[in-house]
Amino acid sequence: MSNLSSLSFYIPELIIIIAILLVIVLDVIPVCKKYTFPLSLGAILLASVFLWQSYGESHGLFMGMISIDPFSHFFKMIFLLSTFSIILISRYEKQLDSNYSAEYNALLLIVLLGMFLMSSSINLIMIYLSIELVSIPSYILAGMLKNDKESNEASLKYVIFGSFASGLMLFGLSILYGITGSTDIGVVTAALQAIEYPLSIYFPLILILVGFGYKISMVPFHFWTPDVYEGAPTPITAFLSVAPKAAGFAILIRVFYTMFTLEGSVSATLPLTNINWPTLIAVASAVTMTLGNLLAVQQEDVKRLLAYSTISHVGFMLMAFAIISPDAVRAIMLYLFIYLFMNLSAFYMAIFASNKLNAHHINDWDGLSRKNPVLCAFMALTLISLTGLPPTAGFVGKFYIFAELFKHQQFYWLAVVAILNSVVSLYYYFKIIKSMYLVDVEGEVNKIEAHPVVNWSIILFSAQNILFFIYWEPLIGFIEKSINLWSG
Amino acid sequence: MDSLQSYLIIAAILFSMGIYGVITRKNAVAILMGIELILNSANINFIAFNRFGGMENLDGHVFSIFVIVLAAAEAAVALAIVINLFKNIGSVDVDDADLLQG
Repeated sequence: MSNLSSLSFYIPELIIIIAILLVIVLDVIPVCKKYTFPLSLGAILLASVFLWQSYGESHGLFMGMISIDPFSHFFKMIFLLSTFSIILISRYEKQLDSNYSAEYNALLLIVLLGMFLMSSSINLIMIYLSIELVSIPSYILAGMLKNDKESNEASLKYVIFGSFASGLMLFGLSILYGITGSTDIGVVTAALQAIEYPLSIYFPLILILVGFGYKISMVPFHFWTPDVYEGAPTPITAFLSVAPKAAGFAILIRVFYTMFTLEGSVSATLPLTNINWPTLIAVASAVTMTLGNLLAVQQEDVKRLLAYSTISHVGFMLMAFAIISPDAVRAIMLYLFIYLFMNLSAFYMAIFASNKLNAHHINDWDGLSRKNPVLCAFMALTLISLTGLPPTAGFVGKFYIFAELFKHQQFYWLAVVAILNSVVSLYYYFKIIKSMYLVDVEGEVNKIEAHPVVNWSIILFSAQNILFFIYWEPLIGFIEKSINLWSG
Repeated sequence: MDSLQSYLIIAAILFSMGIYGVITRKNAVAILMGIELILNSANINFIAFNRFGGMENLDGHVFSIFVIVLAAAEAAVALAIVINLFKNIGSVDVDDADLLQG
């Protein structure tokens, strides 16, 4: 589709671009500074309305640079929801300097735009550009606390690992361009299927996997994750643990299902001849969840513990990615959606604890259930969901992934590793529950109320864990409609 | 000398030097220089493939121009972060940034 006629399908992105520019301009005018916050939230709401209206359409835009299809729309809804909630809750986070709130919101909106492009890019140039558009503002966001040494260190480590990984990915893309002679992934697919020496694909494939693996923090490209998550401001940690990961999975699914499968579409069942990347992913998945879980066991800092727990969740999602089938994609999308709610509510609880009690260490959470019984009950629910026990949504997510593994009768050893890992994760999640409920504090205990926005964010996000356990069928139906990638 | 192979060899050498620099250097600025080498090696690849690979359009050239722009943006952000770190801990050595561990 030509550039001008593409614009009418590009309205949500245009709204976000306009909002970014307006926020930056309004920040300079002292009188208007306070409008940047409602403006950012309003732009996200408006973008979601337009996004919802255009759901179901499938087009290639801007001469085959990006595509809109139900698949990208599903992920865009995840991004909008998480960004909206993060912008809202950041206002009530004490760590952040409110003088910089306009810049902060503008940066979050830029990341949002980058993620929109990431989930819908169908050209190697766009893939690289969109990943960088997500990464570069994230480096700044991680270092948002300018005078905090830990925040500085987090952003330094992030920028070094991030640009190194994307440099490696770029080299892989250049080799792929040389092999196939095009940057359009449709043409690349056709060229790869007719290739004479299939082994030459391994080198670019692994380098591309480095770039994507870094975005989703797959072992062995996970080193930045715990440090950045611990050092960054907590709302940013919550954001990074959900939205860019979902974007990473979106681009991973699109690129690998299009370029490296025999059928070259999302209904594929076999990898390219002689290219056994599913086994590679299966091994990476086993290592990712084991390492994430084992290292989480010894953590004492809540944010760092949750960082390792996100690594192990990525391992679970990769488990389904090792199976090539549309149902496996469905399992990943369902897991991501549920994971959004459970992870955000856990991090919001960490925001509440650090705001009101200055509690970062697990021991600081001792006896929290007597200080705020309601939120602690919901936090316990979230933690049970993160473990994957019924009656919570985490169980549904894990169930679909395991079902996929058994249905295709592949990688039984991976299922054994995953079950063992679930047992390990029970230990460290219950360490937090134990601290909240079973450890008694001496003396008088005062009730601590959270700010209503924080309070209701935790309750609403956490309540989804019950909702999607009882009533996940509409969600699954919606996801099945969304597994529809635009092709040619 | 004017062949695809010689350009690819130069790119491969630059790429390896970049990785070596990132892995061995302790100075944050030197690490960033290593990353620039990696990006530029990919640029040489793109241009060489486009020039010698018999490609009809200029995708490779366009790609490398975008990479140059992004490398500049990334370097600007990375250097700002390094300067901020230097203000706070008085060093640009990555080994001195060791608060977050475990």
